[in-house]
Amino acid sequence: MIGLGHYLSVAAILFAIGMAGIFLNRKNVIVILMSIELMLLAVNINFVAFSQFLGDLVGQVFAFMVLTVAAAEAAVGLAILVAFFRNRGDIAVDDASLMKN
Amino acid sequence: MSIAVIAFYLFAFSAIASGLMVVASKNPVHSVLFLILAFISAAGLFVLMGAEYLAMVLVVVYVGAVAVLFLFVVMMLDVDFVEMKQGFLQYLPIGGALAAIVVVELIMVVFVWAFPSDAELARAHPSPTAAQTITDPNGPTNIEALGLILYTDYVHYFQIAGMVLLVAMIGAIILTFRTREGIKKQDPAAQVGRKREEGYELVDIRPGQGLS
Repeated sequence: MIGLGHYLSVAAILFAIGMAGIFLNRKNVIVILMSIELMLLAVNINFVAFSQFLGDLVGQVFAFMVLTVAAAEAAVGLAILVAFFRNRGDIAVDDASLMKN
Repeated sequence: MSIAVIAFYLFAFSAIASGLMVVASKNPVHSVLFLILAFISAAGLFVLMGAEYLAMVLVVVYVGAVAVLFLFVVMMLDVDFVEMKQGFLQYLPIGGALAAIVVVELIMVVFVWAFPSDAELARAHPSPTAAQTITDPNGPTNIEALGLILYTDYVHYFQIAGMVLLVAMIGAIILTFRTREGIKKQDPAAQVGRKREEGYELVDIRPGQGLS
């Protein structure tokens, strides 16, 4: 029988993949944003799993909040990316040090 | 093995494999497509857990909106993505080690963790279980039960969510808005404010010569 631990393990693995993605694709902001989406998805799986196995609907309500914030974050992040690309002509985050000089 | 167990392993494997491919694939377009597959697999897991409404929202919002937004941006930006992949192997040891540590830690927590004995009493809003739905077909389903609490007890959360989306929308529009020079567009104020003298010109034409 599939229990809470199975779902939480899947979520943990997805979260770790998202975290590794941020380290591995340091230059590519788009993939970093996608890794953040993966981590938020893992968090949502956790919320829904606890909601289901505890028999309490509030977890699903909070999963909605996470979904909303993730969508807003993706929209604003990609808008920043487009504005950044227009100003500089590439999206390399390594040399995004305009504010330093 | 029952169907539910097979479905769980199918969706879990597909979610994890496509998550890996999001991180590892060379072409960002493939990354986005694997992200979509990961979201659909997670929606399948949600259905298995009985959260049907959240599963449908995940498909509609993520696959329909967020992933398409990513696809637009990936295809719109003219960037050399192969060059961006450099450094992948360089960071592989530390990234992989960190991910392994986190996953081992989290799974160790998962398997020694247990619900407290009074967890049943602490429930704020009991969700309809599958057994209840079968014995009482007229009872609230997942979406009905969610709607009953989302618009009453949690209406402020609902409104805050709407406000977050509104602010994000305004922010995205302001960030990407620009006025371009040299394009023809209608200016109603200039049209209305035009003087009579600017609109016509009287020319004295001599017979047989025409306008030069």
